[in-house]
Order: sequence, then C-alpha cells, then structure tokens
Amino acid sequence: MKLLDKHAIFEKNSIILVIGILITVAIGGLIEIVPLFYLENTIEKVSGMRPYTPLELAGRNIYVREGCYNCHSQMIRATRDEVERYGHYSLAAESMYDHPFQWGSKRNGPDLARVGNKYSDEWHREHLIKPSSVVPETIMPGYPFLAETELKYSLIDQDLKVNQMIGVPYTDDQIKFAVADLEAQLDEDSDDYDAFMERYPSAQVRDFDGNRSEVTELDALIAYLQMLGTLVDFTIYNELENNR
Amino acid sequence: MSYQEVSSLSQSWGLVFLVAMFAVAVAYALWPTNKEKFSKAAKSALDED
Amino acid sequence: MGSKMAFQNNPPTASRLSQSLIAACLALGIVFAIFVAAKTTSGAMQFHAFIIITAFILGIVAIFNLGNRIADEEHVVSPSGVFYNNSIVKFGVIASAFWGVAGFLVGDVLAWQLAFPALNFDLPWTNFGRLRPLHTSAVIFAFGGNVLIATSFYVVQRTCKARLAGEIAPWFVFWGYQLFIILAATGYLLGVTQSKEYAEPEWYVDIWLTLVWVTYLFVFLGTLWRRKEPHIYVANWFYLAFIVTVAMLHLVNNATIPISFVEPKSYTIFAGVQDALIQWWYAHNAVGFFLTAGFLGIMYYFVPKRAERPIFSYRLSIVHFWSLIFLYIWAGPHHLHYTALPDWAQTLGMTFSVMLWMPSWGGMINGLMTLSGAWDKLRTDPVLKMLVVSVAFYGMSTFEGPLMSIKAVNGLSHYTDWTVGHVHSGALGWVAYVSFGALYCLTPWLWGRKGLYSLKLVNIHFWISTVGILLYICAMWVSGIMQGLMWRAYTELGFLEYSFVETVAAMQPYFIIRAIGGLLFILGSLVMVYNLWRTIRGDSAAEPTPENIDNAIAAQALGE
Repeated sequence: MKLLDKHAIFEKNSIILVIGILITVAIGGLIEIVPLFYLENTIEKVSGMRPYTPLELAGRNIYVREGCYNCHSQMIRATRDEVERYGHYSLAAESMYDHPFQWGSKRNGPDLARVGNKYSDEWHREHLIKPSSVVPETIMPGYPFLAETELKYSLIDQDLKVNQMIGVPYTDDQIKFAVADLEAQLDEDSDDYDAFMERYPSAQVRDFDGNRSEVTELDALIAYLQMLGTLVDFTIYNELENNR
Repeated sequence: MSYQEVSSLSQSWGLVFLVAMFAVAVAYALWPTNKEKFSKAAKSALDED
Repeated sequence: MGSKMAFQNNPPTASRLSQSLIAACLALGIVFAIFVAAKTTSGAMQFHAFIIITAFILGIVAIFNLGNRIADEEHVVSPSGVFYNNSIVKFGVIASAFWGVAGFLVGDVLAWQLAFPALNFDLPWTNFGRLRPLHTSAVIFAFGGNVLIATSFYVVQRTCKARLAGEIAPWFVFWGYQLFIILAATGYLLGVTQSKEYAEPEWYVDIWLTLVWVTYLFVFLGTLWRRKEPHIYVANWFYLAFIVTVAMLHLVNNATIPISFVEPKSYTIFAGVQDALIQWWYAHNAVGFFLTAGFLGIMYYFVPKRAERPIFSYRLSIVHFWSLIFLYIWAGPHHLHYTALPDWAQTLGMTFSVMLWMPSWGGMINGLMTLSGAWDKLRTDPVLKMLVVSVAFYGMSTFEGPLMSIKAVNGLSHYTDWTVGHVHSGALGWVAYVSFGALYCLTPWLWGRKGLYSLKLVNIHFWISTVGILLYICAMWVSGIMQGLMWRAYTELGFLEYSFVETVAAMQPYFIIRAIGGLLFILGSLVMVYNLWRTIRGDSAAEPTPENIDNAIAAQALGE
C-alpha cells in the first residue's frame, strides 16, 4: 500500500508536467490568435466582396486539389515593388470567404491575387495546357488533363451548404439553385441568366474553356482565375480608416 | 475589445507575468536542494541497461 | 494496455480480452469502410477505403499472432531485470531508414523538375503541385515521425527502466502511423488535399492520426508511470512537449467540416486572415515541436550516451526546455510579414522569433559542451561527429531563423529560395543528421552487435552528405537573395527592371546545383542503409580500429 501511494505521486508528476506544457504553449497561441476574431479592425470595411459563384468555387477546389499554392502566392505585400508589379496590396477582406486561405509562401511563379481579367481566356487556356507556348522560359508544368476532364458538380450544393455553415453568407436560394447557377455561368443565353446575375452581381458569364459541348475542369479553373482580386471596389476604399 | 486595451494590458501585466514565469523556471533549475537530484538524473542516462 | 509490470521469467503478453476488443473495433472499422466504398462518388475515397479494409484485416491477424511472436522472441532481461520492448524500436529503425530514402528521393525529383520542367510529364500525379506535399510529408512525418516514435520508445524505456506500456498499443501506434503515411501520400497523388502547408491530409486521415497520436501519448505516459526513479529525465520532457503540442496544433489547424462523410472534400472552419495565422501558428510549431523539441529529446539522450559523459548542464537543459517551448509558440506570424495580417501580430511574431535565438543557442551550447574533455572522440567516432555537426547546424539555422524573421530581412527573403535553403539547413543538417546519428547508435544496440558494420562507411556518408548540404544551401542563398533583389530592382527611369519570368530564368543554374546537392545527400543515405543492413546481418568489415592500429605500429616497431 505504501509503495502504491508513492507511485501515485509519480504518476501525478508526469500529469503535472503535461499540464505545465499545455499552459505554457497555450498562452502564445491564445494571445495571438483569439484577438483576430474579436478586434473589429482585423478585416477592413470594403464594398464589392461576395461569396464565390458555384463555378468559381469548383474552380477554386481544383486550384486547391492541384496544390497551386506550392508555387503561387495570393498575397500582395504592402511594399512598393509588389504593388507596382501586381496591383493594390491584398486586403484581409479579400480572402474573408476563403476556406482555406491560399496566401501561399513561395513564388516559383508570380502572385495570383489580382490575376483576374489580366489575360484573356484564350491565353489562360493555352497557358494551362502548355505553359511554354505562351511563356517560353516558364518552369510551370502543363495541365492538359483539365481540358479533357469533365467537371464533377452534382454535389456542389453540399459545398455551398458547408460554406454557409462556417460563415460564408450564402443564401438558401444560392444553395438551392447551385447546380443550375453553375451551368448558367457558362452560357450568356441561358434562361437562368437573370436569376443568376441577381444572386451573384458582378459575376462573369461566358464559356471559359472555348468548348461549349461540355463543362470541364478547365472551365471552372479559368472562371476562378478570372475573378481573382477583381471584387473589391478600390475607387471608394478608404485606406486611412482601415489603417491597422 | 479595442486594440488599445489589449496592448496596454499586455505591455503591463503581461510583461510582469512573463518575467515572473521565467524567474520561476530559473529558480527551479538553480534551487540548491535540486542540485543533487539533477546531477543524479544527468548521470542516469548513462546507465548500461 | 492493462498488463501488469513484469518481473517474471517471460515477457508480458497481451490479454485475450484486449486482443478481442481491439479486433472487434477493427472489424467495425472494416464494415464502415465497406459502406463508404459503396456510397462515395470519389474514386480516391474508394481506393482509400480498400486500403483501410486491407490494413485492418492484416491488423486483426497480427493482433492474434502477437502473443505467439512475443513468446518466441529471445527472452532477454536487461541487467536491471526489465523486459524491454525492443522489437517495436527495431521496426521503427527500419521504417525510418526506408521513409528517409523515399522522402529524399521525391525531394530530388522536385529539384530536377524545377530545373527541367519537362520532368513533370504534365500528368496529374507527377506534377510538382501534387509531389511537393508528398516530399514534405514524407521527410517530416514519415521519416522524422518514425525516428521520433522509435527513439522516444527506446529512450523512455531506458531512462525509466521500465517496459513500454501496453502490448498491443505500441504496435497500434507504429502500424497506425504507417497507415496514416500511406493514406496521406496516396491521397496527395490522387488530389485529396486540404492545401494547407504541412497539414495537407484530408479530414478522415486527420481523424485517424488523432487516434494514433492519443494512443502514442498514453503509451508514453504509461511508461513514465512505471518508472522507479522519481525524476523524469529531461529528454522525456522534450518528447512529451512534442507529443502534447503536436496534438493541440493538429486538432486546431485541421478543424474542418466535410461536405459528406463519404466524400474526401472538406472546408476549414477558419477563413482568410484567421486561417492564415492559425495555419502558420501550426506550421511554425511543427518546426518548433516536431522538428525541434522532439529531436532535442534525441540530442539529450544520444549525445551524452555516445560521448559517454553526462549532459554539460542539466540545469541549463531545464531553462532551455521551458523557455524554448514558451517562446516558440509565438513565432508563427513571422511567416506573414507585410501581409494583410494586422501589424501588431506581425510585430509580436518578430519579437518572439528574435528572442528564440537565446534558448536555441542555450540548447546548442549544452549539446556541444557535453563533449568538453572528450573532443578527441570526434577523431575516432564518425557517429559522434555526425551528432555534433547536427548540433552545430542546429545552431546555424536557429541563428538564421531569427535573422530572417526581422521584417526588413523577411521583406527580401520571403517567397524566395532563401527560405527553402534555410529550411533545408535545419532539416538536412540538424534533423536528418541527428536522426542518422541515432540510427547508427540504435542498430548495433538493438540487434546486439558489438558495433557498426563499418565506421569508415559512416565517415563516407558524413562527407558525401555534408558536401551535398553545403551545395544545397549555398545555391539557395545565392538564388534566393538574387531573386529577391531582382524583384525589387528598378531602372534609372523608375520602372521595375525585370519581368517575373526573367527572374525565374535566372534561377536555373542554382536549381541544378541544388539538385546535385540533393543527389549527394541521397547517395549518403544509401550508404547508411547499406551499412545498417550489414550491421543487422551481423557482419563486420575488417577495418583497422584505433586499437588495431596501435598494435600494428607496435608490431612494426618490434620488427615483425
């Protein structure tokens, strides 16, 4: 019995050690991370941000699947050369619907935060299928399979629903018509055009991969790339008010 | 919660707390009665087993 | 895990009850996996379900054969009367060597791909974007993780003079962890990824890892509870901090909601700037606790053991421990300088990163000074040389790290190869070298050999890979700083001087040098594998040992 009592104290010691470790490592994380959720000025006040359209979200998921973040950042830093090269520095507000964020950490290729509308769809098509055909010195791999793979989107409403659950302001209508909206974005002449534009103002509607007969992964990815960084209206952005 | 409140708290009590914690760790390491325990522990790793 | 401490003549075996219970859980898992395979729309998920079914069937078979195998094992009792669980460590040594070589290989393929993009072959599963997580996970989690599990299981048993807790649990940890690696790796190739750096595995793989990790924690704690000495040796503190903190980081950073429990796709519950900070809080502390605290545990056991002297200052090691784990956790925001992260968080991250230099160097000094009075051993023991050089590399990269966390420096280094070079001076020089040292120590100890097959081969390994590391990090310094400067270069007229692609084209020579450096590192690791394999077989290369040389000189002097 006496031996057992002693042993119990030893056991407690290692538990005390575990608790000590947990407290020590929790402090830093708590103090740094928690305020980000509560300080009002963490995310700037901007106009123009809207959730991704179903097609853009599907494209983003391909971006995520292919690991584009390994070589491309989506975060223009607030330095003179970056702003001149890529455009206005990125705001926190611009990725507030990004689950997960894709800021990246390495630029084997250029930043993509504002690549939207910088190049034509044709350029993106050729570039994604064979990058060296438009940029001879590039080291980017080709993605010819995207043009040949049909986009799977039968569950896209589920994707929107989960996004809604975690705070993206999708309306119930947007979830209900997700599949129709995805198709509508590829066709200017569809009957759903007006309803779609009402749900996603400022969305770009056209066939992105130049192949009207099917919905490919290339359609979705180009739709995503063409909207990147184009939502916020910088003509009315108040830099001083959002200074942090 | 404003940024000012958070930063003034962390720059006063926060700092005191961190310094105190560090002092506790150093005191534990240097406490004279722990000396023997630690030198025993240091040698224990070398036991052939 | 309920077996009693054993001082009888036979090593303890698993009870019938626990065998049946765990087998039943696995059987339940199989039923569930069949259900998922039938329901899912994802080919990758189906493939994973089949892997899980196969693994669980093998697991059930293994559980019921565990008793037999342990009974057949040589009944070696240690001098203090403990039946150590050595076989699990043996498996860990082999797995470490295997995953090490595999991870280095993928890394070098990536290096050549950057130099010659045609090597991507433009197929989904061979493209850089999918292979790069395969490399990082293979070296960090597969190689590093196996080294940590194996060495921690060895160290905790020896320093507590107690058998590893549990009979089935440690094997669940080992094989469960290998299953995690296989699911993660095949997932990346098939496009199943969260695309959060170093946390790419999807939700169901994360849940599996959580199960394995919690078991790991309890096996480790359970062994500590069996110890006879009141004091817990400091190496175990580091291992414990590594296990506990990695669990915390993993759970928070991988908080996601899947679109359906039969589909692989999930969405992180955090978004944008919050997700960014949580991710880098996770990722930097994967460096701090997985790649630093865990491997410091190795240093605090293996360096004294190999040098045959106690650690330089046990008191310093305690201060080192608390200040290191306290400061590290704050350092994450230095990955987000000049970004949309609020300035106060960036400043906080930078401040703590700079302070981190001190405990890091405290640890380095403690490791290096352990050799004081025994420096001559470096001449005769290449394994000790590897361990010591690893500590020196640790010192170098923990100096470079705080430097790069300063905003002005980071403005230049971020997004460039400088970061890649920095990571590799830590990963190759510190993590891999201290691991190699531990593997070289463990192999003869575990298989009961007098020594390694060949110390000369260790020396060859050391020099080949050291040249490889130097080529690697020097190439990355040049290319990283050069690219950073080119990005911000202006012409006289005030325009940006270089287009982005011009700065890419300028990298090629350095990419080639880096790839050659990596190749040398792989060659070195293959030499190690050969050496370890011959040691396990029980061979010994007839090499002149210092003693032999003395005898030979003496013999010559006598005119024979």
